[in-house]
Amino acid sequence: MRLAALLMTVLLPGAAADDFVRLPGQAAFTSILKYTDSDGKVPIAPFELMTTPVTNAQFLAFVVTHPEWRRGTAPSVFAEARYLSHWGGPLSLGAAAEAAQPVTHVSWFAARAYCEANNARLPTWSEWEYAAAADATRADARKDPAWRDRILGWYAKPANVPLARVGQGSPDLHGVHDLHGLVWEWVDDYAAMLVSADNRNQADPDVLTFCGAGALATDDRENYAVLMRIAMLSALEAHNTTGSLGFRCARGARGDVQ
Amino acid sequence: MKRRTLFLTFAALASACTGTLSAADLRAIPGDSVYRFDATLSDQSGTEFHLGERRGRPLLVAMFYTSCRYVCPLIIDSVKGVEHALSETERAHLGFLLISLDPARDDTAALKSVFDKRKLDAARWTLARTSESNVRTLAALLGVRYRALADGEFNHTSALVLLDGEGRRIDSSEALGATPDPKFLASVRNALEISTK
Repeated sequence: MRLAALLMTVLLPGAAADDFVRLPGQAAFTSILKYTDSDGKVPIAPFELMTTPVTNAQFLAFVVTHPEWRRGTAPSVFAEARYLSHWGGPLSLGAAAEAAQPVTHVSWFAARAYCEANNARLPTWSEWEYAAAADATRADARKDPAWRDRILGWYAKPANVPLARVGQGSPDLHGVHDLHGLVWEWVDDYAAMLVSADNRNQADPDVLTFCGAGALATDDRENYAVLMRIAMLSALEAHNTTGSLGFRCARGARGDVQ
Repeated sequence: MKRRTLFLTFAALASACTGTLSAADLRAIPGDSVYRFDATLSDQSGTEFHLGERRGRPLLVAMFYTSCRYVCPLIIDSVKGVEHALSETERAHLGFLLISLDPARDDTAALKSVFDKRKLDAARWTLARTSESNVRTLAALLGVRYRALADGEFNHTSALVLLDGEGRRIDSSEALGATPDPKFLASVRNALEISTK
């Protein structure tokens, strides 16, 4: 099995080891999510983030060494039927999935398992949002209309064209690629974002959902791109997969799982 | 049924000795079962158990935390509501598992204190804790959404989740209070009927 993994690394250029970069964090990052308990200020400790989303080749190397996560083997409670459905087979990418494209059709459980197997974890929403606020020269470019327009441009593109390879173009200030413009990404606490601030209001799950949304305020209504991500992630369940949803891993700043 | 229970008891004992469920044990569990998650939990007495050991009879699962003042006592009330609505025979075939969202503060003593204060029946009830990572996975499997607040409290949805004997999610109820939702109660009775056939 180890030999197979080794071969895979040699044969597939995209299957290189995960490449992490350190992000300094921020004592009080202004999140677009303004919960009543924190007023939208979130402490972000220094952490490391993968410079690109996990690729098909990297995920293939993972399922080679982790048979329980192969398509057809992974239990449906962890990954719905569409899991890795764009691959040629359980252990082959096939014509429709290029090695260097970001892996998609992965569930939250599978994404988490991948990161754990690589001594990492999924980033939290706050970490992802903080990282994604950067552009090539600024750690927080969110107030710049040009930054917003560029990101929104991605949402205007049709989703039926093949995904680009990861790491094309220039990285941001931190050395990170593809936080916008390629795929949606799982975060560890994806399910937590729209939970109602008033947990006594339990009458009806639909009402609860709306209360959850009501518990959030944002003074940043212009930032549709990030709000759309939140709405999309909140609509998912952990076993769901989609063709435009991938992930990348994070870890503590000194290489330890935090 | 009796033979199967006995077998499961042996399987549980065997796995308790080896520490984890074997790959073969896990594969024998249906793919849509929550029991495919091989989590180790510990109960209000500090005794460790595997989630999959609950296989064999229907289980009512909910997530809570002991320092919670408003909803969590209500969650216990709701589960008790189901317990009381059932007949003695029905009750004997149903398990109740409440898992803490707050493993950092809910140690064995905290669980034990609530267990005693609420006079829970040890034949059926388990208050359990597990690692934070397992909590997140279990919440995802059960469809419970939660968020830690700045002051150490949690926001969370409060589903009672009904698992069948194989650990599959059959139904859930968000209705809180001592009077169970009749539809949910019917699901519980139905699951019990199937499992005791």
